[in-house]
Amino acid sequence: MPEKLRLGIFKFASCDGCQLSLLNAEEELLELAELVEFAHFPEASSRIESGPYDLVLIEGSISTPEDLDRIQQIRRQTDTLVTIGACATAGGIQALRNGANHDEFMKLVYPHPEYVQSLATSTPISNHVSVDFELRGCPVDTGQLLQIISDKLHHRKFSVPDHSVCRDCKLQNIVCVSVARGIPCLGPLTQAGCGAICPRFHRGCYGCFGPCHQTNTDGLTDWLIKDGHSSSQLIPLFLNVNAEAPEFARTAAQLIRQDSAEGESDE
Amino acid sequence: MNDFQYFRMDQFPDFLRQLMHSGYRVIAPTIDQEAIVYAEIQSIDDMPRGYTDEQKPGYYRLQHTGNQRFFDYAVGPHSWKRYLFPPLQLISTSIKSQDGWTFEEHVDEGESYAFLGVRACELAAMRIQDRVFLEGAYVDKNYQNRRKASFIVAVNCAVPSANCFCTSMNTGPKCKSGFDIALTELSDGFLMEIGSSLGNEMVTPLGFPTATEEQLSESESVSDHATEQIKKTMDTTDLRNRLIGQLEHSHWQDVANRCLSCTNCTMVCPTCFCSHVEEVPDLNQERVDRRKSWDSCFNPGFSKLHGTPVRNDTRSRYRQWLTHKLATWHDQFGESGCVGCGRCITWCPVGIDLTVEVAALCEEEP
Ligand code: SF4
Ligand code: SF4
Ligand code: SF4
Ligand code: SF4
Ligand code: SF4
Repeated sequence: MPEKLRLGIFKFASCDGCQLSLLNAEEELLELAELVEFAHFPEASSRIESGPYDLVLIEGSISTPEDLDRIQQIRRQTDTLVTIGACATAGGIQALRNGANHDEFMKLVYPHPEYVQSLATSTPISNHVSVDFELRGCPVDTGQLLQIISDKLHHRKFSVPDHSVCRDCKLQNIVCVSVARGIPCLGPLTQAGCGAICPRFHRGCYGCFGPCHQTNTDGLTDWLIKDGHSSSQLIPLFLNVNAEAPEFARTAAQLIRQDSAEGESDE
Repeated sequence: MNDFQYFRMDQFPDFLRQLMHSGYRVIAPTIDQEAIVYAEIQSIDDMPRGYTDEQKPGYYRLQHTGNQRFFDYAVGPHSWKRYLFPPLQLISTSIKSQDGWTFEEHVDEGESYAFLGVRACELAAMRIQDRVFLEGAYVDKNYQNRRKASFIVAVNCAVPSANCFCTSMNTGPKCKSGFDIALTELSDGFLMEIGSSLGNEMVTPLGFPTATEEQLSESESVSDHATEQIKKTMDTTDLRNRLIGQLEHSHWQDVANRCLSCTNCTMVCPTCFCSHVEEVPDLNQERVDRRKSWDSCFNPGFSKLHGTPVRNDTRSRYRQWLTHKLATWHDQFGESGCVGCGRCITWCPVGIDLTVEVAALCEEEP
């Protein structure tokens, strides 16, 4: 029996949903425990061991001054570092504060903002340390998460499919909500991985796995606007958990500019 | 063999029961998720009655007509390729034991399906996929088994959609061959054309009468009327050479600015046959499944060779799809890869219409 893989799971600004995706793998967890030593996984076990780690999974974004330090310390003790989920990979929903008035936000949310130590931005892990692989999703897909651990165990190259959510709809007999019901859907722009959950429940994809490779956001927004949707209706589609992903950020900014131009011309 | 027979609307359940008693599971149009899709039925009550569809580029809506008719709509999001060439297939499994690896191939013996409601363009698409999977150097045995096990009840279209252009592709709207039975829905019943000895055996016990002259001419006028309603056209004259002569046309970039490279057009197309195969190991690497699934030339990874995709932008991917369908398919299989069903137009989330793009691409550049 080869030595077990030492696994560390660390949390930054996040909701714990991605770590839960690992705990949700009920059937495989026992098998995983045979192959992997959970050296640092506070969500599941109070036994906490120090590094070095063979594989570290990072959940959450960098949003406080102490995060800046902690991520450097973890990186130094880690062989392979993989970010899990939209927060760690693209800043998460909390990145909506980037570019907004941070002090104003603080006053609105906390009765005593002076007690809260927080950065004005929420940023992806890759802005701070080198990252070996980014796993997308909000939350990540349990199957993809297990696959990454298995890839590391067996020395395989990390890879996940890069096709759109649309292909997953079609493989599963899901009728397109955009064409058959007129619901705006980000699926054609979004990387697959979720198994097309939203369209399966008759709602549009909101892009939680982030933009596809070579995505064409303008192609979709031009069509939706021609089809009668207003810029302001489309903004929230892009200002979501992957708001900081460059293609979505650029599109949101463009829609906001169009919206205010429309507003002015109305007056 | 009496080629044309007639049965009344109230005898439709008898016809269906006969298919089931002969051992077939019947797949037919049903309503699901606000669309007409192909799924297993147990009785005619599972079929849409009094429905039609409105189709435009990037647009599909189901509409209630209030009449009692069964087939007053065109093709929907599904095609029969879903059953003959399923989107996900487990083709083999390898298992590690103390004595080494054992390999197990999964052979699909082919479910006995009766496909009820196959349109003329879909019969043409089946013939095209037959050529792809059965008539080349390598025969797909699973496809062959499924195809052999199926029984085909075609239906002549009465109400085409605005995206249908089978008349340009010479495939419809009337079914000419490739069926066991073909039905035309008349005002009070069905005209039934027998297309094979298997079809004849099936319906003989029902003892339906020979069709009258009036019934035959009513059926003709249903098809004539359908033909007249088809307004979309594509000029196929020398289309292969015209397209191949325009590989550097600036319009390819114009389409690429609109196209999302999302794969929908290829997934819904009844002739697209591409798939990829992947090995899926378990955590311990003691069991490896070999899975085959639909792929598309719109996926960036589709043309990956030695590390990088050959078609590395949407312009070259759209060009691949359109020229394969309409031009190089002729070189490969001796015919066009498009039957004019209009699905790629309806189910494109940004309404890209290949007939419009072809017309623009065949215009000489200024
Ligand atoms: S529902 Fe959305 S993801 Fe699914 S095919 Fe339609 S556009 Fe694509
Ligand atoms: S290319 Fe479009 S119209 Fe032609 S067969 Fe395929 S889906 Fe139908
Ligand atoms: S058009 Fe594309 S997906 Fe369809 S058969 Fe050709 S290469 Fe395959
Ligand atoms: S393309 Fe022709 S055969 Fe096919 S559904 Fe439309 S009218 Fe019928
Ligand atoms: S033509 Fe339409 S359906 Fe096809 S890949 Fe482009 S956007 Fe998707």
